[in-house]
Order: sequence, then structure tokens, then C-alpha cells
Amino acid sequence: MTRMRRWLPGLLLVAPSIAAVAVFVYGMLGWNFRLAMTDQHDEVTEGKFVGLENFTGIWDQQRWSLSVNHAIVFTVVFVGGALLLGWLLAFLMEKGLRGEGTFRAIYLFPMAISFVATGVVWRWLMNSGTGERAVGLNRLFDFFGLEFLQWQWFRDQDWGMAAMAIPAIWQMSGYVMALFLAGFRGVPEELREAARVDGCTEWKVYRHIVLPMLRPVTLSALIILGHISLKAFDLIVAVSGKQIITDVPAVFMWVAVFDSHDPAKGATIAAYIVIAVSVFVIPYLVWSLRKERRS
Amino acid sequence: MRRRWMAAVAATMAGLLTLTACGGGEEGGGGESPQAGGAKQVEVFSWWTGPGEADGLKAMREIFEKQNTGLTFFDAAVAGGSGDKARALLTSKLQANEPPDTFQGHAGAELQGYIKAGDLEPVNFLYDELKLKEVFPQQLVDQISVGGQIYSVPVNIHRSNVMWFNPGVLKDAGISEAPATIEEFIAALEKVKQAGKIPLSIGSEWTAVHLLESVLLGSLGTEAYNQLWTANSDWSGPAMTKALNDFKTILSYAGDPQDDWQPAAKQVADGEAAFNIMGDWAYGYFHNPPDGGLGKTSKTDFDWAPSPGTGGTFMWLSDSFTLPKGAPNRDGAIAWLKVAASKEGQDAFNPKKGSIPARKDADTSLYTDYLGDALKDWGSNKLAGSIQHGVTVNDAWRTAINEAVGLFQQSKDVAEFQKALADAAKNSGQ
Repeated sequence: MTRMRRWLPGLLLVAPSIAAVAVFVYGMLGWNFRLAMTDQHDEVTEGKFVGLENFTGIWDQQRWSLSVNHAIVFTVVFVGGALLLGWLLAFLMEKGLRGEGTFRAIYLFPMAISFVATGVVWRWLMNSGTGERAVGLNRLFDFFGLEFLQWQWFRDQDWGMAAMAIPAIWQMSGYVMALFLAGFRGVPEELREAARVDGCTEWKVYRHIVLPMLRPVTLSALIILGHISLKAFDLIVAVSGKQIITDVPAVFMWVAVFDSHDPAKGATIAAYIVIAVSVFVIPYLVWSLRKERRS
Repeated sequence: MRRRWMAAVAATMAGLLTLTACGGGEEGGGGESPQAGGAKQVEVFSWWTGPGEADGLKAMREIFEKQNTGLTFFDAAVAGGSGDKARALLTSKLQANEPPDTFQGHAGAELQGYIKAGDLEPVNFLYDELKLKEVFPQQLVDQISVGGQIYSVPVNIHRSNVMWFNPGVLKDAGISEAPATIEEFIAALEKVKQAGKIPLSIGSEWTAVHLLESVLLGSLGTEAYNQLWTANSDWSGPAMTKALNDFKTILSYAGDPQDDWQPAAKQVADGEAAFNIMGDWAYGYFHNPPDGGLGKTSKTDFDWAPSPGTGGTFMWLSDSFTLPKGAPNRDGAIAWLKVAASKEGQDAFNPKKGSIPARKDADTSLYTDYLGDALKDWGSNKLAGSIQHGVTVNDAWRTAINEAVGLFQQSKDVAEFQKALADAAKNSGQ
């Protein structure tokens, strides 16, 4: 009885959320995977179990390979760009910039905007008109005599998705900066002092003391950005709509479910998105659980 | 200790209550709203919220309420151009077995999903009662029938195969009259290119599909085009290969893709581009005073002709209303359909929306300028259905065609494109 008294109240407290998560997250996930393994290719018929047929078959579709490639380009540019820019901003702040608070607020502001609003503004900024018809950023280049920089932005066939990552970088780098800034502040001054006393140059202090201690922060930032990027939908739809030229798995999934009316195909794509996100998230969870246990 | 227990139980109860409250709330909310304020409400679901179309809907609503004093009109319109968002919401309503009393849909194959799912009731009895088969063109009735059943009442007609052009740009390029065949069209595009203007303006990917349907109609001819949607279609033959090569050639004269159809049409109105192939909703955009339109003068700032090779054929699309099974107020829905089918209702709606009535007996004095031309052609031309706007193909097929065109715009590979289109026809389940 005494032992039960110790754990039961806690359990009762979390029970509603456990129930909700079990039904609405894991139940739905399971339902989705079950649907993905059937041949229910329209909304009316009852699907039969077909195993992993949908999962292998989808790779024969040109559109699928294209959207996966797009997602990879987008993720690499977005995650890399946001990490670099965020780190750079945090580094400058950390060097004791005057008016740090103001700058911090300015860089964090984009976080308060939804991806849809960002997308609408950047659709205009990234208008593909060049020369006399240039508007947005191309016009700005024109104004500064940098015509050679004008390009098609997200309509460029090969690097369009890199352009699509720019608004995402703009939006998320402030958040990454905040993470890194906390990381920088978490490095004890004594360690730096000790290194300096040992004759380290400022560069070496960063290289050997500060950067290694930022590793956990970098990892968290990577996970957060990575899963946002793989699920990217709203930004892309707001910038270019459901066009093939900027197709990614999440948009393809929407089209499969609501336009093609093919639930099994949509579920398959959704399953692949979940798997791709888990590749990022599960190692992180394992790693942080282990760390908690160690401390 | 006792207090901690109580707190835990209270928190748990609160959590459970919130959960159940959410579930219950939605059901109540969804079921109540259309009925609120008396049982005689008619919920009309549409995506007519823009300028012109919303005014047209209002005009029809006034007629409806005058003729049916016991009924009130509940406007369940959802904003968004081609009805994308409205249709996503409608799908979830139908799946929850909570249909509106009547909903808007493109007449033709786009309704097949609803028909297969058993969501719609045939309205043949209305066609018989109101003698609609006599006032709608015979071909229209044929093209919207599925196995002898008709599932919707067309309110308006838009034309898809319209070539808009800038007379000034054509004159500067040395083109004396609007090209009437695909060959003439390609020659004209080349001349405009030499003159240094954009030969053909184009918008986002769906406008390329819109262009494709006009090129297919022009290159294959009306009969072969109409056959594409029947059991003995030929998507793999040499005629199709030629048509797709024409499409490739024409597309090679297209300017940079614009964000949507409006900026592409604007390039023609502004004299930057010579030609644009777009449905006749572009007329309102060109002609209406600044605010909703560009305020241009027809025949001098912009002009029109049937898209090349399609003279004498009217490629149509139509908004229509349906009778969902299990509609809460079926009689009200039928009363609405009667207004939507009537001469009075269609003549109130269409001049405002910028379209023409589906009925042949419309009051011609209400339709001037472009609409006058369209109305004349509607009564006399052969008819063909639009692809992109839901007449000839169901959603799955249309999506597959859109996908093929999007991929073709990147690869420019005609053989692959033709194979994708043939596969789309085979797998459509239509």
C-alpha cells in the first residue's frame, strides 16, 4: 500500500496524456502503416493486405524520386545554412556586441511568423522575372548593378530547392542562434582562463575548448531543423503551390490523398516521412536517455 | 498525503473531461449550425467568394428566397480559387455523413468520385419535370451523363479554348490576323520571337495543362479528342505523338512561368507578350475596372479567337449543383436546384460571374462583347469537354495528367510523356 501510494498519484496524473498519445499518435501511426500495406487505391473499395508492395513500387515513379531528391537538397541547404548562420550570429553576440538584446530580438522575430506568411512574402521576393520584368530580389540586384546574380529562384530546375531553403533559413537561424548563445554561455569562464594561462591563442581556445562543448547543442539544433525540414509542407505550398518543380514528399502525399484519391499511396508516403524523421530522432532519444542515466 | 491524492484525482478528471469535451463539442457544432434558426434552412456549399461570382450567387439567392418564402438560404461558401480547399472540406463532411443540402462541383467526370462513393442522388426526375433536356444542348446532356444518369444541374458555362492576344504586338510583329491552325500559330510565335517580345505567356504548371487541352483539341480534331475519353481511345498512336510534338514546339516559345494565370494574362494586356491561352474567365480580368480587373478595352488592348485549330468547337466547363444522398433538407435542395436550372436564375447569375448560361434560351441582350460571342458559339458549335476543369476525366486521371505535364516541362521527353499519358488513361479506373 505504501509503495502503491508512491507511484499511483503520479501515474494518474499522466494517464490522460498517455491515453491521448497512445490513441492519437501511436494508434494513428499503426493505422497509417496498416493502410500503407493494403491496395486500397480509391476511397470506396476495402483494401486487401499486399505487404510491402506499395513501399517498393513507389520507387518506380519518377515523381517520387524527384520529390525525394528535392527533399534532400532542401534539407542539406536549410540545415547547413541555418546552423552556419545561427552559429555565426551567436559567435558575434558572444564577442560582446553593443546592443545585444536588440539584435537578439531582431534575429528571433522571424520565429514568431508562420511558415505560410513567410512563404507568401518570399514568393514575391523570389519572383523569377529577370531583366526589365524583374521584381523582388531580382529587382534589388538590378538596382545595385548586380544583374549577373539574377536567376530563376525556386523555378530553377536544378537548384530551385536551394532557393526554397532561403526563407526557411531566414526564419530558423535566429532560433539556432539562441540555442548556440545559450551553449556559449554555458562554457565556464574558468576553462577558458585555464587554457589561456596554458598559452592558448584565442582561436585555439575556441577550437579545443568551446567548440567541443557545443556539440550537444549542435546535435539538438540538427535534430530540430532536420525533422522540420523533412516534413516541410506549408512553406513550399505557400511559395509555389502544388507544382512538380518544387515537389517534396509531404506535398506529394497531399496530392495523393486529396487529388488522386489514393489513400494507400498517401499512407505509404506518410510512412516514409515518419521513417525518415525517426532516423533523425531515435538516435537522439537513445543518446539523451543514456546521458540522463549516466548523470 | 491525502491532499496529494485529491489533487491527482482532480487533475485526472479535469484531463478526461477536456478530452471528452473536445469530442462532444465537434459533433454538436457540426450538426447544429445548418439547422439553427428553424428547420427550413438550405445549406448551399460553394467556392464562390471572389468578386463577380459572389455577386452572382447573391442574385440567385434573392430569386430563391422570393420564390420559396418558407426557406432560408445558408451560404456555406469556402474561399479559394478553383475550390481546392472547399473540396477538401467537403470530402471530410461527406465521410462524416454530414453532407450539405447541395454542393457545387464541376459538371462531368469530376463528380465520379462522389457518384462511386454513393454520395449523390441522380437528378433525372428534375430534368424530366423541368424539360431540361430540351433547353440544354444535347451534347452537354450526353457528356454529363453517367450510364444514363445525370447527377448535377449546370448553372454556367465557361469556355476553355480561347486564345487571347494583343493586337498591337501582333501588328508590330507583322501578323495580319489571328492564327487559325496550329501551323499558323507556330509561325506566328516565331515572328513574335523575332520581334523581341514574349511569344506565349504562361503561368504555373496547371496553365500548361490548360494549354495542352487546347493543343490536343486543335491537333487531333474534335472527334478524335472526344474519343480519348471513351473505351476506344488511342493515346499511343502517331496522331497523339504529333499532337504532343506540337505541344513541345509551342511550349518552347513560352516565356518564364508566372505565378498564376493572372500575371500571365497581364503580360498580354501590358504588351509584353503576344498570346495567352486561357479560359474565358480571363475576359473579366482584362475588362473589369481596376480593383478586380485591368480595365482594358476589348478589341484594341486585347482580342480573342478560338485557340488554333479549334474554330467551330466549344471546349466547355461548367459549375453545377448536386443533390447529395441524405441531405438534411432534400426538398429545400430541390427548390434550390430548380432556381439554379431556371432561365431567371441563370440570367441573374451569369452576367455577374462573367460566364454564359447553360440554357440555349437565355436573354441574349444581357450578354455583350465577349460573352455575346461565346453565347452565339455555345448554341451553334460542336462541344468538347475540358480536361483540367473536370469535364472529361476524374480526379485521379486529371492528377496523373498534371503530374505528366509537370515532369515533361522539365524533361522535354515526348516519348516518356506519351507513355505517362497512356498509363494515366489505363490506370484511371474511369
